[in-house]
Amino acid sequence: MVIFVASALTYLLLVWAGGSIEWLEVVIALVFAGLISIMAKRWNPELPLRRSWLNPVRLVRFVVYLFGPFLVALVQANLDVAMRVITGKINPGIVRIPTGLASDGALTLLANSITLTPGTLTVDANDESRELYVHWINVTTEEPKASDICGTFPEWARRIAE
Amino acid sequence: MNTAIGILLGIGLLFNVLGTVSLYRFPDVYTRLHGTTKCTTFGSLFTSAAVVVYGLTKFFQGFEGRFVTLSLHVMVAVLALLISNATGANAIARAAHRSGIMPVRAVFDRLAEDEKTMGRRVS
Amino acid sequence: MTTEALFSYAAAVLGLAALAMLGRLVAGPTLADRAVALDAMNTLVVALMIILSVIFDSVVMVDVAIVYAGLSFVGTMFIARYLEGSM
Repeated sequence: MVIFVASALTYLLLVWAGGSIEWLEVVIALVFAGLISIMAKRWNPELPLRRSWLNPVRLVRFVVYLFGPFLVALVQANLDVAMRVITGKINPGIVRIPTGLASDGALTLLANSITLTPGTLTVDANDESRELYVHWINVTTEEPKASDICGTFPEWARRIAE
Repeated sequence: MNTAIGILLGIGLLFNVLGTVSLYRFPDVYTRLHGTTKCTTFGSLFTSAAVVVYGLTKFFQGFEGRFVTLSLHVMVAVLALLISNATGANAIARAAHRSGIMPVRAVFDRLAEDEKTMGRRVS
Repeated sequence: MTTEALFSYAAAVLGLAALAMLGRLVAGPTLADRAVALDAMNTLVVALMIILSVIFDSVVMVDVAIVYAGLSFVGTMFIARYLEGSM
């Protein structure tokens, strides 16, 4: 269902050229979206997708997150890495952080956000205990909490994708 | 319009070049991944923002539909780039750790310790 | 300076940056280093294609960039799988 709507909307967005869309294009979009979602279902019937991702409130939250805290963290991350490239000062280590997120989608969103935020890079994830292993370029404590590494991101991930 | 595009392109190019430099300045795979992923994603974001600004100004000058199409497609490309870059970096980091490359000058490595105590991969 | 000239200079610098990454791709001590360099080069090539679409005034090039981003993602994932030894 998620794949069907997402691929149909992407196709329509790519063929839209400012004016109205021909009905033939809509038919083609629906046919191909149906084919793709059937193929995804056959290939992996237990894809952890949720219908609640199509909830418009969650999509609006996602856009707010993308242009709010995420953009700020991305700018900080780049200034931080730029300083480290120039000075060459590093103190790395791999730490373990608990996330407390139940769904796989939220964990994926959090892992991707951590990769693009200051000084951290997700290396591995533990599916059972819901923990992330993070390569931290400037280690300060041995047992950090999630808020030490990524601020309010777990809260956002829970509200967007869980 | 020229000034705005010039500034956006300048910031983007600066970070892209920094990403290239970080490939040569950092000592191991993980720190290089830090540099390249963040810097090239951010730099490409800015160079693409310059193209979006160009398309929108051209559209408001002459109301030609194809410039709106240009901006929209660039936005789709940037979204694809954001998602695929972060996920690809995660995949390479995990693969590097599993193939036995240890982080250089690391204070400690919790993942390797946990794998040793559990006797298997964590996922 | 016209806007198109600005974009041309930017494209030249991006192309040089991507070429400079070839050094790490050739010399990288481990396979993972080469994968990192290849991934970064792919990102720069996508950015370059987006800029070239302005210079050559064709929207089709951006579509090519989208497809290239997807294909390079699949390529990176397969290289990572291969490095893990599960292929």
